[in-house]
Amino acid sequence: MKTEALPIVDVRNLAVEIDGHAVLWDINFSVPAGSFLGIIGPNGAGKTTLLRVLLGLVTPTRGSVRVLQRPPSQLGQGAHQIGYVPQRLEFDPRFPVSVRDVVMMGRACCLGLFRFPRREDWRKVDESIRLVGLSTKERCRIGELSGGEQQRAFIARALCGETKLLLLDEATTGLDLPAQHELYGLLQRLRPQLGLSVIAVSHDLLALGVHADNLICINGTTHIHGDPHMVLQSHQLREAYRCEFDFLSQEAQEGAAPPR
Amino acid sequence: MTELLSYGFMQRALVAGMLVGLLCGVLGFFVILKRMSFVGVGISHSAFGGIAVGVLLGIEPLLAAAVFATLVAWGIGWLSRSGRLHEDTSIGILFSSAMALGVALISLSRTYQVDLFGYLFGNILSVSPSDLWLLAGIAFVVLSLIALLFKEFLFLAFDEEVARASGLPVSALWFLLLTCLALSVVAAIRVVGIILVEALLVIPAAIGYQLARGYRTMLCVSVLSAVAAVIAGLFISYFFNIAAGATIVLTLTVLFFLALLTARARRVVAVRTVVPAARVRPVA
Repeated sequence: MKTEALPIVDVRNLAVEIDGHAVLWDINFSVPAGSFLGIIGPNGAGKTTLLRVLLGLVTPTRGSVRVLQRPPSQLGQGAHQIGYVPQRLEFDPRFPVSVRDVVMMGRACCLGLFRFPRREDWRKVDESIRLVGLSTKERCRIGELSGGEQQRAFIARALCGETKLLLLDEATTGLDLPAQHELYGLLQRLRPQLGLSVIAVSHDLLALGVHADNLICINGTTHIHGDPHMVLQSHQLREAYRCEFDFLSQEAQEGAAPPR
Repeated sequence: MTELLSYGFMQRALVAGMLVGLLCGVLGFFVILKRMSFVGVGISHSAFGGIAVGVLLGIEPLLAAAVFATLVAWGIGWLSRSGRLHEDTSIGILFSSAMALGVALISLSRTYQVDLFGYLFGNILSVSPSDLWLLAGIAFVVLSLIALLFKEFLFLAFDEEVARASGLPVSALWFLLLTCLALSVVAAIRVVGIILVEALLVIPAAIGYQLARGYRTMLCVSVLSAVAAVIAGLFISYFFNIAAGATIVLTLTVLFFLALLTARARRVVAVRTVVPAARVRPVA
């Protein structure tokens, strides 16, 4: 019970510099277990970098980050409790793997090196495929599925470990609005069923605003953090996005004026 | 034919050919799927530097080539992974430097008794019992590693970013795959030579890629076509008195174009069976 009360992700005063450039600074937020956090912000706001910090793929310059009560770099075997769905993959559509094979990749870390999948691993794979509603397509080659189906297959792969936290990076890019809502709706159904916490990153605030419990808007730093209604109405959100619109319109009018 | 098979050199050539076909068929699978065929070219050409070191120091040239090619493979991996250079640039630099070193050392050694032509273009009929042992050792180590880590290597080839995020030691696996590739290339040098080894790495797996829908079938087709081409090429070479390395590669080329035609014919048939069905539906 005590663990339930602790946030599943806790980020304090996070700063990240890449090649001497500040990408993120003063980022603060926490994610209660079982909730759905949406991270929004314009292109280049550092959203993907923030996810990569949570995954332990980027080391913070300053601040503290705790995922599942541990720093991401020290998760070790705990890494298989985090499921990751990256930005839509530009993979070879003829890559000879079926949906089942792709989902089995999600078991690789739980199984450990030098071990072959056993019957219960395949059972877990089939269960994950059923949860995302792809059972009829489990033998199809991954490249033959539609964009939405491919994303569902990648979600199944992310759920195939002992997943407690699901991270999605622009998972709805390239999907039309009904497909976006279908995908987020699927996550909403799975959340209580599997006791999942979800963090989804998107530059598309509307679809995410409908489904997330909380939104955080970043553009280098945290602009606003709260419930979607409040975030979507706030002037800080317009500020975060308008930085870019102002810069573009000013540049178009005056030539090459640098942003302030 | 029976008389031909009774010769010791022919028996050794067949066994060596089959081992190399098996090795290259399996490694080629990852070379095609991870798109690292230029890495194969780089490693095979750099092995020439190792052969020269072996000749100069008086140690077994293939053993020296194995060590040298592995070091160059790690160099390619390190330079491209550290973000200092693009992979193709690091390969271009390392393989040409290693070859130049080879030429320089061979010129220094002033002994021209070593069969350089054999290393460059292969000489499967001169495989000695000790070569065969070296080959069998390499095949055992490499194939065992690939079998034990197959699921990890497949994940790495399909989606490296997620493999890393899920906690797999991606860099260690990548260096291990490069090492396996370097050892297999050196094993294949005896059979087809430095210049043609790339064909054994790429063409059988490309045939599998054309014909198969699943990776298990692709792997089987890749291994079978590599072994079949080595055996067929060996007999063609014997009966028509042509260099075996060339006949093996040309057999593979013929097989590849047959596979390409088969895949194309299959697609045409698939389209023809789908289109009439689509036309009928609105009327019904």
